[in-house]
Amino acid sequence: MSAPARAESLARLERLVAALRAKGLVSEEELAAMQARTDRASPEIGARMVARAWLDPTWRALLLQDGAAAAERMGVSMAGAPPLGVLENRPGLHHLVVCTLCSCYPRAVLGYPPGWYKSFEYRSRAVRDPRGVLAEWGTTLPAGTKVRVVDSTADYRWMVLPMRPEGTEGWSEDQLAALVTRDALVGVALPQVPARAAA
Amino acid sequence: MSADPAPDPTPRFAPGARVRVRDAWPERRRLPSGAPSCHIRTPHYLRGREGEVQAVLGAFANPEDLAFARPAPRRLLYHVLFAQPPIWQEGGEGDTLLVEIFEHWLEPAPESADASGKEAA
Repeated sequence: MSAPARAESLARLERLVAALRAKGLVSEEELAAMQARTDRASPEIGARMVARAWLDPTWRALLLQDGAAAAERMGVSMAGAPPLGVLENRPGLHHLVVCTLCSCYPRAVLGYPPGWYKSFEYRSRAVRDPRGVLAEWGTTLPAGTKVRVVDSTADYRWMVLPMRPEGTEGWSEDQLAALVTRDALVGVALPQVPARAAA
Repeated sequence: MSADPAPDPTPRFAPGARVRVRDAWPERRRLPSGAPSCHIRTPHYLRGREGEVQAVLGAFANPEDLAFARPAPRRLLYHVLFAQPPIWQEGGEGDTLLVEIFEHWLEPAPESADASGKEAA
């Protein structure tokens, strides 16, 4: 999704890493551990957290109270990560997350942000015309739903807890997690039940 | 992580408090080199706007100092809810913006009846 790194950016990164190594500020092991943790993070973690919240009220309460503690309980290392806040969609209220100032994103539980999340277009329009942005995503909210745009400006990172779609009664955590896309966790989309599965 | 000997400050505003974001523009000052003189996490579109404190999120090292590698005292961070239509003249009735704002950017909202933001006049 993201544009490939430019050669001059990579060269600057290599010089920075070399300087940090020379000063003894980072070790190979630390870099490898950080890279492994970063690579492990993906929207599947956030999706699993949501699916569990749909099934387990106790877990849901923990998730809404302290997202980072909930992530830790699922085995995600949140050491050094910013606090994680979880925004509960409910009938009549839909959340949409943006970072107008840069590209703050809950990487620990969603992985790398997609290119569009970092684009000037999304960052400027989501906060000003969220309903227009949602319409362009093909996302239709139930009539009467208010939109709440969460501008991630400071020290928290924010993830949306979407509403469980109808037609999923009796589904397992795995089945439910498969419905929760990265886009639903940012709030530009809603979890969709595939037509054949809903039958 | 260095231990901060100072305890977290006491919140000046409680959830439900009406507040106004300071209508300040320190980024207009430039260093003699022309470089920006500050780093601010308060979006420009909220300067001078009124909202309601939804939650006290805790105390965090002031990013305005961190950005310049200065000692950064911990400042309280709030989640503040704003009505969207008065800010952008767009959006639906009841649509809102929820934004993290540091305490030093907030002041009590004026008591006047028409204090609904810059466009009230």
